[in-house]
Amino acid sequence: MIGNSVIRKEAWDKVTGAAKYTNDYIKAGTLHAKLVTSRYAHAKIKEIDTRAAQTVPGVRAILTGEGLPLTGEDLRDRPPIAFEKVRYHGEVVAVVVADTLVQAEKAANLVRITYEPLPVVGSPREALKEGAPLIHEQLGSYQKGIGTYPEPNTNIAHRTKIRKGNMEKGWAESDVVVEANISFSPSDHAAMETRCAIAEIRPDGYIMIHASSQSPFMIKKLISSYFGEDVGKVIVHTPLVGGAYGGKTPVQLELLAYLASKAVGGRKVSIWNTREDDIITSPVHIGLEATVKLGCTNDGYLKAAEILYLFDGGAYSDKAIDVSRAGAVDCTGPYHIENVWCDSLCVYTNHPYACPFRGFGHGELSFAIERTMDLLAEKLQMDRLELRMKNAIRPGHTTPTQVLLNNSNVGNLPKCIKRLRELIHWDDWQRIEIDARTVRAKGVSCIWKTSTVDTDASSGAILTFNPDGSINLISGVVEIGTGTKTILAQILAEKMKMDIKDIHVKMEVDTQTTPEHWKTVASRGTFMAGRAVLEAADDAIRQLKEIASIVLRTPIEDLEVGYGKVFLRDDPTIYVDIKDIAYGYKYPNGNAIGGQIIGLGNYILRHLTYLDKETGAGKPGPEWTVGAQAVEIEFDKRDYTYKIIRAVSVIDIGKVLNEKAAIGQVIGAMSMGLSWASRETFLFDRYERVLNPQLRTYRPLRFGEHPEYVVEFVETPQIDAPYGARGAGEHGLIGMPAALANALSIAAEVPLNELPLVPELIWRKKKGEHHGSI
Amino acid sequence: MEQTTKCEMLLTVNGEQHSVIARPADTLLFVLRTILGLTGAKPGCLNGDCGACTVLVNDVPIKSCMILAIETVEKKITTIEGLKHTPIQQAFVEHFAFQCGYCTPGFIMNAHALTKKHPLASDEIIQEWLQSNICRCTSYKEIEEAVKTVLANNSASLNDNHF
Repeated sequence: MIGNSVIRKEAWDKVTGAAKYTNDYIKAGTLHAKLVTSRYAHAKIKEIDTRAAQTVPGVRAILTGEGLPLTGEDLRDRPPIAFEKVRYHGEVVAVVVADTLVQAEKAANLVRITYEPLPVVGSPREALKEGAPLIHEQLGSYQKGIGTYPEPNTNIAHRTKIRKGNMEKGWAESDVVVEANISFSPSDHAAMETRCAIAEIRPDGYIMIHASSQSPFMIKKLISSYFGEDVGKVIVHTPLVGGAYGGKTPVQLELLAYLASKAVGGRKVSIWNTREDDIITSPVHIGLEATVKLGCTNDGYLKAAEILYLFDGGAYSDKAIDVSRAGAVDCTGPYHIENVWCDSLCVYTNHPYACPFRGFGHGELSFAIERTMDLLAEKLQMDRLELRMKNAIRPGHTTPTQVLLNNSNVGNLPKCIKRLRELIHWDDWQRIEIDARTVRAKGVSCIWKTSTVDTDASSGAILTFNPDGSINLISGVVEIGTGTKTILAQILAEKMKMDIKDIHVKMEVDTQTTPEHWKTVASRGTFMAGRAVLEAADDAIRQLKEIASIVLRTPIEDLEVGYGKVFLRDDPTIYVDIKDIAYGYKYPNGNAIGGQIIGLGNYILRHLTYLDKETGAGKPGPEWTVGAQAVEIEFDKRDYTYKIIRAVSVIDIGKVLNEKAAIGQVIGAMSMGLSWASRETFLFDRYERVLNPQLRTYRPLRFGEHPEYVVEFVETPQIDAPYGARGAGEHGLIGMPAALANALSIAAEVPLNELPLVPELIWRKKKGEHHGSI
Repeated sequence: MEQTTKCEMLLTVNGEQHSVIARPADTLLFVLRTILGLTGAKPGCLNGDCGACTVLVNDVPIKSCMILAIETVEKKITTIEGLKHTPIQQAFVEHFAFQCGYCTPGFIMNAHALTKKHPLASDEIIQEWLQSNICRCTSYKEIEEAVKTVLANNSASLNDNHF
C-alpha cells in the first residue's frame, strides 16, 4: 500500500464535474457582494459618496471602513476595509451588497470616492531610505504577537536577526569573497479558483462561513478574536479548494463576508473574487531585494555569510512577517557555514500585500544564495556542483538558527547532488555552442526547507467505523489538490491491513465536526495528520481487540488486527470479523457489549521554540527536506529568447508514499517555479499601480511551453514521521528560479540576478543598464 | 435605471431540453451554473483567458464565459456533466492529470473534442488546442500523457478497422 500510486479518492468527482468548490454552493436567496477597490496605491480617502449607489434596485447595504478593528496574524495593522487612507492599488474601500451580482456591480461602479494622492513607496530599498513616506504612521501602537518586532517611525514591520559564530573570524579565514544583489517584484499565485467566502449569521448567533481556504480553523479563531464572537459559534466549512499554493492561507474575504452579513441582518452573503480582484486585492506572492556576501577558502569551503533580505511585504504585514522569518531561518541555503550574519526584514511598500507562496520564502532566498554560489564558483574557477558538494549540509552541522542536524532531521544532500550530476550528464558539458546563434547551458541549484509553523500547531484525526467494517476517515487537512487525504487513507490502510476501497475519506472540512488541522500549509499535512491517523488507528485497534478478547475469550495481548478480522496471533483460524464488532458485539441471546468503534488521534509538533530576538537561535521546524535541481536551456544569442529543454529534481523525500502523486507534486511545483522565474511579475507604473491584473497580461506557463521533467527520489527516513516520509509539496519549486537564472547566465555570459527572466531583461543586461525598454 | 427584461429560451444541454428564463445579457456560463445548477463549468477569469469554463456547443469547445446563453438556442450544449465514462476521463484519472481539479472540466471538454475532431492529432495540433486552458497545479506533462494515451488508442482502433 505504501508507495503505490493509488488513484486519489476524489478522482472521479473531479473528472465528472461533481467535485464542488465554495462558489458552487450558491443557493437562491444568497446576497452578493462586490468590492469597491482603490485606484491609487497610496492616498488619503477624502470622501466616499454612496448616494447614487444606494438608489440601485436590489442594493441592501454598502459597507465602509469606519469603526472596524485592525486585523493581522502577527501584527494588527490592516483594517478589513480601508479607513482614512489606502495603502495599495486594489485595496478594498467599500463593499456593496445586493440581491444579484449584476446589481452589486452596477452599484459598486456608482460609489464615488475622492482621494488625495500621497507619495508612493515602490520597493523595500526605497522604503528604507531616509525621508521615505511612512506607510503606517501608527506602527508603534499596533497590537503584536510574540516574536514580532516592528520598528516604529520606519517602514519596517519586522526584523529577524541571525547571529551565528564569529564574523571576524569568518572573513579572516576567507580567501575569496563575492557579493551579489538580487531583486524581483511581487507576483501572484493565480490559483484557477478565485477566492470565495460566504457568510451567514443565524438568529441564534451561530456564524456559518463557507470559504475557499487553507486555514478554516484560523478563520474561526480570528473572527472570534477580532470581533468578540464565541469561538464555538463560528463554524467554517471548506469543501475542495481549487488551487491555493499559500495564497489561501490568509484570512481576508471571510472577514468581509462576515461584516456584510452582519450589515444585512445575518442574511447569507457571498463574496467571490473576480480574477482582477483575486490578483491584486487579495494577498500576493512576495517580492525580494537581497544582498548576499559569501566568503570561502581557496579550496572552496564556505567560511562566512553576510545576508540582507528585504522582503516586499506590501501594504500590510499579515503573513509576510512569517515569510521573512522563514527566509532568515534557512538563510544560507543548504550549506554548512559556521559564521553567519543575516538580517531578514519584512518591509512595507505600497504594493499589494504579500502572503505565503509555495516554498514560503525559500524559492526567494534560494534565488539569492544560489546565484551567489554560482558567482563564487566562477571566481574560484571551481566546478559549480563540486562547490555545492563540498559545502553541502550534513548531519553534525548546525543550521543558521543553531539546530544540530542528525541522520533523521535532515535528508542526504550529497547523495542528491551525486545523483543529479549523473542525471544531467553534468560532466559531459555545461555550456555548448550548437551553432553561431544557439547555445545550450545547464544551471544547478540545491534546496532545503523546514517549516516555520506555530510551535504548538496540531492535527487531529477521527476514525468512525461503518457496520460493514469500513472506516470513515475524518481529518482537518484541506484537500487543496495535493492528494494528502488519499495519502492518509493509504497510511490507514497499511496500518489496519485493509483494502483502501474500504476507507471512506471525508473531503470537506467543517470546523464543528472535523478535528483541527492547524493550517494546510508548509508541506506538513502528511507528517502531522499522518501521525494523528496512526494514533487514531492504534486507538481503534485497541478497542477492537478489547471487544474481541471478550468474544474470543483470550488475553488482548494474543490478538492481531488485519484483513477485516481480529484473530489469534498463533492461530488465525480463531477470529472475529471486524464487521461483527464494529458496532459492538451481540450475543445470540440479544446481550450486547462495546459500541461503535471510534478511533481518536492527534499530534502536536514537539520541541519547537521561538527564535531568540538577538541571535535567531531556536528550533523552527521538525526536519529539513533537501534536494538538488537543474535546468537545461537553449538560448538564442540573436534575439535573447530561450527554450527550457529539461528540468531535473532529485529530492530526499524520506519515503515515497504514493509514487505518482509524489512525482506530480514535485513536477507541478517545478512548473510553477519555472513559470514564476521565466515570466511572472506584476508590472507597476510609477504610481505603483498594477498594470497587468488579468491572465492575458499576467500570463502563466501554458501547455506546450513545458519542458521535459525528470524526477528522482532519495529515501533517508525521518524517523518520527509516518513511514519516514518527509514534506515535499513545495520543494520542487524552490530551486527552479535559481537553476534557470544560473543556466541563462552561463548561456548569455552575463550575471542575471533579477526575475522574471524575460528576453528583454537578458538583452538589457547584455547591452548595459543604460538602454531603456524596447 | 434601465430595466432588464428577462426572456425565456429553450436550451438543449446534455441531451435534455431546458426552458430557461434569463437576461439576454447572461452568459452561457452564468445560466449553466446559476439557473441549471450545472457547476462543472468553472469561472476562472470571465475573460476567455483560462478555459476553465469550456463546454461544447455543437461539439466545438467554447469558453462559456464568452458566449451568451441566448446565442446557444437551438444548438447542442455538452458540459462535463454530460460526459460519462469517456476514454479521456479515464485517462485523466489514470495519469494523475489533475490535482486541485478546478481546471479539469474545461481541460477535459477541450481534450475530448480534440480527440474526436482529430483522432490522430499531431503534437502541433494538441498544443494549439490545449494552449487555451491554464492548469496551475500539474506540469502539463500529465495532461499531455493522458491525451496521447487516448489518441494512441484511437490510432490502434483505426488500424484495427483497416485490417
